[in-house]
Amino acid sequence: MATTQYRSGCREHLTLSRRQLMAGTTSLALWGLLPKTAIAGTRDPRFLTIILRGAVDGLALAAPVGDPDYVRLRGKLALPKDGAGAGLPLDGFFALNSAMPYLAHLYQKREAIIIHAVSTPYRGRSHFDGQDVLESGLPGVGLSETGWLNRALTDLPHAGRSEGQKGLAMGAVVPLVIRGSAPVMSWTPKANGLPLRLNTIERLMDLYSHTDEGLAKAFAEGLEIDRVASAGAQASAAMAANPAMGGAPAAPKPASAQPQPQPPRPFRDFIDTADAAAKFMTTAGGPRIGALSFEGWDTHANEGVITGQLANKFAGLDAAIKAFADGMGPAWKDTAVLIVTEFGRTARTNGTEGTDHGTGTVAILLGGAVKGGRVLADWPGLADANLYEARDLKPTRDLRTITKGILRDHLGVPDGALAGHVFPDSANVKGLDGLMA
Amino acid sequence: MAPRLSEQRDAATAVRRFGLGPKPGDIARIAADPRGYVLAALANPAAARIQDSPELEASPAVFAALEEARIEQAIMKAFGQNGTAASSQSATVPANGSATPGALPMMVEAPPKAAPASQLAGKVRREALRDETFARINRAVATDTPFLERLVYFWSNHFCVSVTKGQVRALAGSFEREAIRPHVLGKFSDMLTAVEHHPAMLIFLDNQQSIGPNSPAGIGRDRGLNENLAREILELHTLGVDGGYSQADVTSFARIITGWTFGQGEMVTAADQGRFIFTPNRHEPGAFAVMGKTYEQPGRAAGEAVLKDLAHHPATARNIARKFARHFVSDNPPPALIAALEKSFRDSGGDLAALTRALVSAPEAWDRAPAKIVPPFDYAVSLVRGFSLQTPPQEINRLAAVLGQPLWQVSSPKGWPDDDNAWMGPSPIRERLRIAEWVAKSVPGTSDPRLVLADLAGPGVGELTKQAVARAETREQAFELMIMSPDFLRR
Repeated sequence: MATTQYRSGCREHLTLSRRQLMAGTTSLALWGLLPKTAIAGTRDPRFLTIILRGAVDGLALAAPVGDPDYVRLRGKLALPKDGAGAGLPLDGFFALNSAMPYLAHLYQKREAIIIHAVSTPYRGRSHFDGQDVLESGLPGVGLSETGWLNRALTDLPHAGRSEGQKGLAMGAVVPLVIRGSAPVMSWTPKANGLPLRLNTIERLMDLYSHTDEGLAKAFAEGLEIDRVASAGAQASAAMAANPAMGGAPAAPKPASAQPQPQPPRPFRDFIDTADAAAKFMTTAGGPRIGALSFEGWDTHANEGVITGQLANKFAGLDAAIKAFADGMGPAWKDTAVLIVTEFGRTARTNGTEGTDHGTGTVAILLGGAVKGGRVLADWPGLADANLYEARDLKPTRDLRTITKGILRDHLGVPDGALAGHVFPDSANVKGLDGLMA
Repeated sequence: MAPRLSEQRDAATAVRRFGLGPKPGDIARIAADPRGYVLAALANPAAARIQDSPELEASPAVFAALEEARIEQAIMKAFGQNGTAASSQSATVPANGSATPGALPMMVEAPPKAAPASQLAGKVRREALRDETFARINRAVATDTPFLERLVYFWSNHFCVSVTKGQVRALAGSFEREAIRPHVLGKFSDMLTAVEHHPAMLIFLDNQQSIGPNSPAGIGRDRGLNENLAREILELHTLGVDGGYSQADVTSFARIITGWTFGQGEMVTAADQGRFIFTPNRHEPGAFAVMGKTYEQPGRAAGEAVLKDLAHHPATARNIARKFARHFVSDNPPPALIAALEKSFRDSGGDLAALTRALVSAPEAWDRAPAKIVPPFDYAVSLVRGFSLQTPPQEINRLAAVLGQPLWQVSSPKGWPDDDNAWMGPSPIRERLRIAEWVAKSVPGTSDPRLVLADLAGPGVGELTKQAVARAETREQAFELMIMSPDFLRR
């Protein structure tokens, strides 16, 4: 079925064609042949930040299996000690969700740091406000039209470039974190048009089912038409993974064409986007600093930590990390990726086998340039008395200490700028030493 | 004491049910007196008009341009320059892949090539339709008295013509400006008279072709009576399908209005060009009975008398009251509301200002939650108004078209349907979500969805809508959920 796109008539994006993207692949091959002296003395560091919107359950991603209160609080959402779904060992105290074997592999290679009990300065529980603080770099809620990564772009050493660095934003909307006065190119995978986002569809169905029978019925039928029209293994997989979508029965698959299991559509888009980001960031003269975001982490019900929605999302994230790492090729050794979310989720499981908005959570720093193989956590403990407001993992580390450490030691942003316009009013939040190899 | 929920909702009702959706700040501004705000729009009926201008020509001027094009074409034909393009005048091509990448797929008229003579008339029609469309949409987006526009849309749809029919393409806009807009707060009988005399309606419902079988023009010829206009006046414009008329009434009425046509071509004077004329040569002689009354007046007077009587018939009052209540309030309006409107229409002799005031004054028009699905044209306009989008009029028209309501392009004389089922098809609802995604991306990144919702939906907004917006994962998703909420999709 033809997908329709709408023009607002007032937005312009720099876009690269598929052909130009292929050209990027070609120059990667050439880059590998260049004598090292050609780039000697001019490190060419790459940095990508991935925003996970919706508040990732940090206790499900990196579980404190050594904490005596963990199983009590988490119940069915706790990772088992052994057997199917058992966590992948990190440092003995923490275990990684079994849906993320590639991240575990990077950890073993000492190319990944799990940062736990971390948070921005934000202490409310609104997604928008939380994302605003996360991306704007402001110390609190306040409207900002620019993000910390864009402001940092203006302070980067030129490193032999005639002009300043250009940022890269993947996706139809430029994330706030990289919006600002420094030039940013954006790229949208257009081949299949705009997919309707499953997450939004589920929320709408939920709203209609409680408020408007007529709309609920029409909307469910509309989705069914979409599904039939785009019938195929991938669409079926997406629907099968989302039984909440109006209860539409899955189309019978022809026996002759049993498809390989594939991540549902949103994850495939994310993986493709991560792959494309790597192509841009390895293109000679291309952007070195990028941002992308991945939605759908707001798991209030039927969280599915071991098998189910969150496990699927972790698997998608893991595959995207692998796609990006593979795509970076030799440049991986100069690469750092920071994966962050606006806040965490409640320490306890709620009444619908999900978790509600919380505070402390995880961030992940990975890449060939990272001094990894460790968990960075000043662990507050999960005893009731230690929970933030008696419900959330208490944050013990300001995320800005990590971000500042990366920007300073990996990209060379001066301390003065970091405490000034990049993260205003943050002089007392010192960038952490020793994050980079 | 806290105000009742329906009172909290009054301001939103005023700008949505009786308007085209709020602009930023509207709901707060009128909160003190929502009914007063709606009624105030009725104080200046002239504000419903759109005046002629060099771009927006009166119907006679449109006809003059069409006639010029016809003559020029005849001359060129005489000189052998007609070529083979004669049959391609109304060809359509898909717009995809043309100069507007990413544009909605829809059919547009082929652009004129090296101006073959046969396309001159087509160009006149196309340009007239374009200019009238832009004027209507620009008014909708900008107006401070949107209730007047809603009245125009109601009556324009009640007396609809369609651009799919020949010269109506050039006239749909001027028809609305000439026969509808001046009368939305006037007398129903005046609007009825203006409509049934307008060339657009005479063409749309074929009366210019109708010939009395016993008229001088009809005797001894195959061609004769066409009942189309007479039937639709009875069935759609006045009494209603259950209004008590018979086939005999239709035929009699059709005979009575034979000879009602308009001036066009070289046989009429410049003064009659594009204007109603009565042609005695085609008029069926004799006296005929409609609804039990025999009309013996000579010439056009008999038809005018029938129209006057129909306008004041009790069945018309009931038909209009029902339709008015259905359009503004609910698919199943409360009987008390219909009764109040019917009484107002009857007692006032079809005074549409009185009818409109009766609607706004009725408690039943205010006391229920948003019920009716906002139809596509109004929906597209409301998004542009609410989110201050810089969307060009042709794009707004495309949005309405893709949702199933291209302007002045109805498929039957009955007009656009006025029930939810017509607009709640599975495909259009899904398409609305795509539009919502597009709007969400166009909203400035610094707007807080919770504040925007409070601004555009007011204090009576649905609790679950409020919750869904506040809990959305992203700003964009919050705007998508807002735009797709019952509070925005219904009014």
